[in-house]
Amino acid sequence: MKIAIASGKGGTGKTTIATSLAHSLAGSIKVWYLDCDVEAPNGHLFLNPIFTEQVDAVIRIPQIQPESCTLCGKCVEVCQFHALAKVAKKILVFNQLCHGCGSCTWNCPEGAIVEIPNPIGVLEAGLTKHGIHFLQGVLTISEPMPTPIIRQLKKWKTPPAQALTLLDAPPGASCSVVETLRGADFALLVTEPTPFGLHDLKQMLGIVDDMHIPCGVVINRDGIGNDQVDKFLAEKQIPVLLRVPFSKELAEGIAAGQTLVDILPDYRQKLQHLFEEIIHLVKVSYAK
Amino acid sequence: MNIIISALEADLESPICERFGRAPYFLSVDTETMAWEAHANQATMRAGGAGVAAAQFVIDQKVEAVISGDFGPNAAGALRAATIAMYLFNDDTKTVNQAVELFKENKLANFA
Amino acid sequence: MPNNTPKAKQLVILSGKGGTGKTSLCAAFAQLSSQAGEGNHAVFVDADVDAANLSLVLQPSLGQPNEFWGGSLAKVDPALCIGCGACVPVCRYDAIFPDPNRDDQVHWVDPIACDGCAACVYACPVKAISMVRQQEGNWFHSETPYGDLFHAELFPGRENSGKLVTLVKQHARLMAEETQSKIVLVDGPPGIGCPVISACAGADLGLIVTEPGLSGLHDLKRVLSTLQHFRIPSVICINKADLYPEGTLQIEKFAAEQATSIVGRIPFGEEIPKAMLQGTPITEFAPKSHPALAIKDIWENTTRMLFA
Repeated sequence: MKIAIASGKGGTGKTTIATSLAHSLAGSIKVWYLDCDVEAPNGHLFLNPIFTEQVDAVIRIPQIQPESCTLCGKCVEVCQFHALAKVAKKILVFNQLCHGCGSCTWNCPEGAIVEIPNPIGVLEAGLTKHGIHFLQGVLTISEPMPTPIIRQLKKWKTPPAQALTLLDAPPGASCSVVETLRGADFALLVTEPTPFGLHDLKQMLGIVDDMHIPCGVVINRDGIGNDQVDKFLAEKQIPVLLRVPFSKELAEGIAAGQTLVDILPDYRQKLQHLFEEIIHLVKVSYAK
Repeated sequence: MNIIISALEADLESPICERFGRAPYFLSVDTETMAWEAHANQATMRAGGAGVAAAQFVIDQKVEAVISGDFGPNAAGALRAATIAMYLFNDDTKTVNQAVELFKENKLANFA
Repeated sequence: MPNNTPKAKQLVILSGKGGTGKTSLCAAFAQLSSQAGEGNHAVFVDADVDAANLSLVLQPSLGQPNEFWGGSLAKVDPALCIGCGACVPVCRYDAIFPDPNRDDQVHWVDPIACDGCAACVYACPVKAISMVRQQEGNWFHSETPYGDLFHAELFPGRENSGKLVTLVKQHARLMAEETQSKIVLVDGPPGIGCPVISACAGADLGLIVTEPGLSGLHDLKRVLSTLQHFRIPSVICINKADLYPEGTLQIEKFAAEQATSIVGRIPFGEEIPKAMLQGTPITEFAPKSHPALAIKDIWENTTRMLFA
C-alpha cells in the first residue's frame, strides 16, 4: 500500500502528518518512508534515521566523442530543450537544460554520443530507532530539476509486499508533486482552514482527480481560519479524516522536531484509526 | 562585416531590444553596404533554452559580432565558443541604426 | 524608450520552507509601498505560479487571462500506428504503451507521464507520433488597490520550469519602466529549484522569511546557499519569532556566522491569519498590532538596504 501525503500550499503540515503517521504505525507494520520533497527534505529531522547508504542521483547527459562527430547537427535538431548547440568546431552541451532523455544519443547517425552520469543530488537510506526504513532524496544547491531525483528515489529500492510506503510530497501543484503521487493508492491531503489553504487544495484535487487516485483530507491548525474548507469538502463529498486543532503546545513541539505522537500520545491511536479509514477507502475505490 | 542586433521591430529604425534570448527580431546588417535583413526570433516560442536557441541561430548566420543588452550564461557560452564577439547597447543606441553606427565607430563596450 | 530614470530595484521574498509567511509579508509590503508620501512605488509579482496566493490578499480586479504556452507533449495518431512498439524502449518516462482502452496494439502516450523529449517521434518507423504544444496556464496583469500585480496560474500538475515565472517578471519590469516605479516586489515560491532560480534572477536583494524550528533552520540554510550561489545579497527576517525562542536563537547564530543581517522579528499574533481571512494586508487590517509594527520596521530596513 502506498500513501502519498501532499497539500498544495506549503507549510500546512505534510511532514508533520507523514512522520507522525509513520511513528504511530511503526510498531504494528513495516513502514517505509520516502521523503520526496528533495528541494527541502525535513522528514529526517523528526524520524532521526541513521543513514547507512548514499548514492548519487544522476541525470545521464550526452558526451560527444569528437573523433566520431561529423558536426551534422542532428543532435541539436532533435533536442527539445535546446541543451545542445553547434558551433564552428564542436557541439556544446548545456547540462542544466538537459533532461537526460537520451534522444540525442539514440539519434546520432555516427554513434558519436555516449552518456555520462551528471550528479544532481544524492539518495540516502537508513533505519530509524522504531525500525522505519527511511529514504530521502536531496537536490544539490543550484540544480534546477527535482523531478528526476524523485523518480530515481522511488525506483531505488523495493519495499516488501506487505510494507506500507509513505511518500512525503513537495509543496506546490506541479510536476514534482505528480511524480511523487504516481502509482500511489491513496493521497492524503493536508490543508489549513484558510483561503490560501483552500485555493491550493483545489489545485491538488484537480491533480488527484486526473490521476484517478482516491483521497481524503486532514485539516491541520483547525481553528485559525474559517469554515470555507469544510463547506467545500462537504459539497464535493471528500472525507475529512482527521482534524488537528491549532495549539501553541503542538507548534512548539513540532519546532523542536517532535512528531504529534511524541507531543500528545493520544495521536498514536488517532493516526492508527486514520490508517484504517484509508484502507477502507482504498478498498471501496477499487470496487468501483 | 556582418553583425546581428536584437530588435523590437523589423527594420533599421526599430528600437533596440535589451533582451537577447527572447528578442522579437534579429536584424543582420552588412556594416559596409548597410544591406540588412530582419529575422523573426523563433526562440521566443520555446519553453526553455531560449538563450541557446537564439545563440544557435546567430551562429548559423555566420556573423562576426552580435549586439544586445545582456547575454545569459548559456547564450554567452555558445557565442564565445563560436568566437562571435558580443557587444552591449548604451544610452545612445536607441535604434538599430544608431547601434550599427556606434559599433562602426568602436564606441560600444565588449561583453566579457 | 530607454530613458534616464534609474532601473527599478528588484526585491525577491523567499523562504525555503513553505508556510513561513512570505505572501502575508509581501502583501503588507505592497500596502506600505503605496502609502502617500512613501515614494517607493512598486509593481508586484506573484512568482509562486502553481500555488498563487498573493491575489487572495491583494484582492485585485482581475485582468484578462493571457494564455501561457509551454512545452509539447507527444501524441500518437491511432490511424497511423502499426503497434510495432519501437517507441517503448526509447521512452525513459514509462509514458508510452499499448492503449489500455483498445484491444489492438495501437499505442498511446500518457500526457501526465510524458516529458516532451520527442524520442518516440524519432523512433517511430511510420511517423505516427507528433509533438503537440500545450497551453500550460494563464498569466494576468491585475490592478490592486496598491498597484499593478502580475501573476499566473499554472494548470495543476504541469512542469514548472520557471519559464512562466520569468514571463510574469518580464512584464512587471516593463511596467515598472513605464510607470517609473522604484521597486519590483517578487513573492517567491518555496523550495530551491527552477522556479526559485527564475524568481531570483536579476534580484538586487533577497529577503528570506524564516520561522524558528528545526525545519525552518534547515531550509533557511538551503535557500541562503542558493542565493549565495547566484551572488544575490540577502537578509533574513524571522516570523513567529516568539513561538520557539530556542529556534530563534539558532537562526540568529547561523545568520551571524553567515554575516547576514536580520532585518526584523515578527511576533506571532492572531491578527495575521485574521487579516488573511479578511483578504486585507495586516498593515491595513491592524496597523497598530505588534506584528504590523514589526513588519513596518522590516519594510524600512529592507528598503534602506535595497537602495544602499
